[in-house]
Amino acid sequence: MLTIPCPHCGERDYTEYRYGGDATKQRPTHGSGDIRAWHDHVFLFANPKGAHREYWQHVHGCRQWLVLERDTATNAVARAWPARQAVPA
Amino acid sequence: MSITRRPAGGRIDRARPLSFVLEGRRLTGYAGDTLAAALLANGVRVAGRSFKYHRPRGIVAAGVEEPNALVTIGVGGRRTPNVSATTTELYEGLVCERQNGWPSVDLDLMSMTSWLAPFVSAGFYYKTFMGPRRGSWMFYERFIRRAAGLGRAEHRPDPDRYDTRHAFTDVLVIGAGPAGLAAALAAGRAGARVTLIEQDFELGGSLLATPVAGAEEALRRAAIAEIESLPRIVVLRRTTALGLYDGLSAALVERHDHASPDPARGAAREVVVTARARAIVHATGSIERPLLFGDNDRPGVMLAGAIRSYLHRHGLLLGKRAVIATNNDSAWASAMDLAAAGVAVTLLDERAAAAPGLAEAAGRAGIDLRSSCRLVAADGGRRLRAAEWIDQLSGTITRTRCDLLGMSGGWSPTLHLTSHTGVRPVYDARLGSFVPGRFAPGTYGAGSVMGRHDSAWADGHAAGAAAARHAGASGAVGEALRPPTESWPSGSALSPPDRVPGRGKTFVDFQNDVTTDDLALAHEEGYESVEHLKRFTTLGMGTDQGKTSNVNGARLMASLRGIELQASGTTTYRPPYTPVSIGALAGRSVGSHFRPVRRTPLHDWHVANGAVMIEAGLWLRPWYYRWAGPDPASAYVDEMKLVRERVGISDVSSLGKIDVQGPDAAEFLDRVYVNNFAKLAVGKARYGVMLNDDATVLDDGTTARVGEQRYFMTTTTAQAGEVMSWLEFLLQAVWPELKVQVVSVTDAWAGMSVAGPKAREALALALPDVDLSDAALPHMGVRELDGMPVRILRLSFSGELAYEIYVPADKGAAMWTRILERASPLGIRPYGLEALASLRIEKGHVAGLELDHRNTLDDLGLGKMASRTKAYIGRELRQRADLTDPERWSLVGLECLEPDATLRGGAILFAHGEAIAGHGRGYITSVTWSTVLGKLIALGLYRGGLRHQGEEIVCAYPLLGETVRARIVSPVFVDAAGERLHV
Repeated sequence: MLTIPCPHCGERDYTEYRYGGDATKQRPTHGSGDIRAWHDHVFLFANPKGAHREYWQHVHGCRQWLVLERDTATNAVARAWPARQAVPA
Repeated sequence: MSITRRPAGGRIDRARPLSFVLEGRRLTGYAGDTLAAALLANGVRVAGRSFKYHRPRGIVAAGVEEPNALVTIGVGGRRTPNVSATTTELYEGLVCERQNGWPSVDLDLMSMTSWLAPFVSAGFYYKTFMGPRRGSWMFYERFIRRAAGLGRAEHRPDPDRYDTRHAFTDVLVIGAGPAGLAAALAAGRAGARVTLIEQDFELGGSLLATPVAGAEEALRRAAIAEIESLPRIVVLRRTTALGLYDGLSAALVERHDHASPDPARGAAREVVVTARARAIVHATGSIERPLLFGDNDRPGVMLAGAIRSYLHRHGLLLGKRAVIATNNDSAWASAMDLAAAGVAVTLLDERAAAAPGLAEAAGRAGIDLRSSCRLVAADGGRRLRAAEWIDQLSGTITRTRCDLLGMSGGWSPTLHLTSHTGVRPVYDARLGSFVPGRFAPGTYGAGSVMGRHDSAWADGHAAGAAAARHAGASGAVGEALRPPTESWPSGSALSPPDRVPGRGKTFVDFQNDVTTDDLALAHEEGYESVEHLKRFTTLGMGTDQGKTSNVNGARLMASLRGIELQASGTTTYRPPYTPVSIGALAGRSVGSHFRPVRRTPLHDWHVANGAVMIEAGLWLRPWYYRWAGPDPASAYVDEMKLVRERVGISDVSSLGKIDVQGPDAAEFLDRVYVNNFAKLAVGKARYGVMLNDDATVLDDGTTARVGEQRYFMTTTTAQAGEVMSWLEFLLQAVWPELKVQVVSVTDAWAGMSVAGPKAREALALALPDVDLSDAALPHMGVRELDGMPVRILRLSFSGELAYEIYVPADKGAAMWTRILERASPLGIRPYGLEALASLRIEKGHVAGLELDHRNTLDDLGLGKMASRTKAYIGRELRQRADLTDPERWSLVGLECLEPDATLRGGAILFAHGEAIAGHGRGYITSVTWSTVLGKLIALGLYRGGLRHQGEEIVCAYPLLGETVRARIVSPVFVDAAGERLHV
């Protein structure tokens, strides 16, 4: 069972969370009007093997969104921090 | 196979006889027997019929690897097919039957299918039944289903209880053979919390096949005694590790039924345990491989190690005249022990020489030793008659009469579990099999599974010590227990399992009836990779998952291809390691506990007042009320009339409700909704639509501004959770600078809609002090009552004058009954979901069936709602060329043109005169009888949408062969001008 260290609640089973997508991508500015940028953001994914950052929400806990650093090849979890923070503290 | 139970010896309790029933015959075994041992002791040689050819099959093994002895156990709802007799602990009153024989296993008329063998070779299914002539499968299926297959499933409900639990430990030791016992002991001595699991009901693994008076048995007892003296070691017998998962976690199943099958005791029959460990030691041992020779599946042909196990564990002498054939040293132990027990033994070793000293020992034991000799064929039917073998030096073939044939083709490490977490098997030429590759930190392997059978005790000790250290336990581990003499070597210098050119069929996979000829055919046809081989021949499928056949199959294919086995690899091992009942996996999640049930605050009233409830997602909602009719089809029409002509009340508590507060609440909603909410006046509500980033519609609902910085958002029932998560994501991850808080208040408020031309009068009777005049509370107006937590929103889903009243959940029933009672002179009655959903169709409001995350605003005719001046989520990608194509499927209304016909949801739409083929031009999403128009109407999506208004089209329902004519009309069937809303 993959476990995820919630910055607020501690280490919990991944079944308490929902997956929220790739967190390495920079969301285009709201209202930028840049269709190409939005197209790439919504439809193009790198799907990397190895270290990756992704969004998870602790839906059955504190309901906070967090960014998780996970190795997609080994499932090794490095760390997690609140999604409110752009970078880990 | 003349079988005798010895008067003494073995690990059974002769003071505790157990009676059991086989196909109506009452038989007796002893406590400590497996069902297989008890069957053998009673002279039952034929354990079942084979899958494809219906050949008689005997018990081959003494453990989980058994391919043949699958039985059906239990009666009534407890009847369980395909249970392995070799792993079933005998208990008093056990009822079992053998499988796959007609009329009986002993006299199986289906065995004539052997004559048809050429027609059921590998790939036969694909080529014949799935072949170019479609429909042939339909014809043959019934015949095949009856002729092939295993036990029959039970259809009655299972009366037993199952459960799940979580377990936490420092060191999880899987397997309690010598390596596992040593590992648990070392880790326990170091002070770690240890969980030792063993699938058998006895600890000891391979030690259970050693003499009861021997040194290894003494060591086993010593180890178990010390383990039981250490309080931090938990020992779980009858517990199998089904699968290994990330984070050093394992799924275990504890079986309680066979030990104590009392149905009245109320305890769970099986428990699935999610176990989490800081370190795991794999001590899963290894499995003996069969040899490949002609008719190697005859009853009486067994794995050599199993023969030894039945002898020492169950006191069973399985024959008087035995031939033991081997390509390694381990089977010598079986030969010696049989000889010591008085059996005449011929030992065939494919090799020129065995380990030093063995030949002399065999000579002293009186064994007829034949080196460089190998089996050609077994001769027998339901009983074994003889073995034919060849001297590889002289080429002479000899026939030796025997009633027991033991075979050992080497040992394959049981690396199923290590493979589950992605540890790649590595080929070990010395073993002729695979061993686990490199482990991740915290995972260890010990003993036979690592190919180190000979040093299992020392190996386990080291692994247990290392695992304890990894888990943070640093106590002294002491000395390893060491056997005074090393156990039987597991063998060296194996000869490859070549296809022996013998008579009869040579089976590689007994359970699936896969022969060497099938493998050769697979090779000829190019199905060479192990994964293709498996699919083409079914090698390695079934309940045993090829535990005895996978490695032989892979070795054989590698030799056919002339490649190294490492290059061919193995198939992927997946959980579960052994079969597990669906009941155990479901645990308590059955019946009403299958998933959570959400009830509205008005639930009890509905049930007590004639509502028929329906599941809507997790919610239970009133479907219709019996006052209106005995079934939904008749009731909803009367409920619709009630709303259109007088006044009705319905429960809308399941709508998602979100409290949005903060200085930036208006800005936030303006970004989320396509339309403007910042300019919405306090005390007003607005219908809003939000899009996904890709510009498909996410959800719709009405949101009221109840304060300068506070909004009361409602969402659809279905999307409530999704919208909440989305808002939280935006506020936390995207716009953390916005000062807004969102809280789900879905469960805090009861909601009810009072709708109909007399809605205002009804509400005035219920709330006489509230000014409900059109001036005071106009359409889309919102009132909060002074000093009372009551919110009244004047808005309409049905198209009639309507109010939604929200009160705290615990006041819901009081408000509901107050309105019903006070307004009863107006004829108010409750209406259900069917009528609610039908009224909105008449009004052309889209709902879940139209909001399927594929449609855009414009597809749903809502494009004009979108602001041209502000930014909103999805605005950019709305402009994609494909989404602005006027030929997109978009919302239309449909009127049925055939009075006696029915429109159906999901019907495919075609233009008039067009051929009914393919995907058509759209489909129907929602259908209702219109009480206003007196005909069937529908909403649907149609290519080009309302540009085709007025055209006659065809609604096709090919599953029923129906075509119905309909006309495309505006989706707003009732009160297009909205006059009923503004009264």
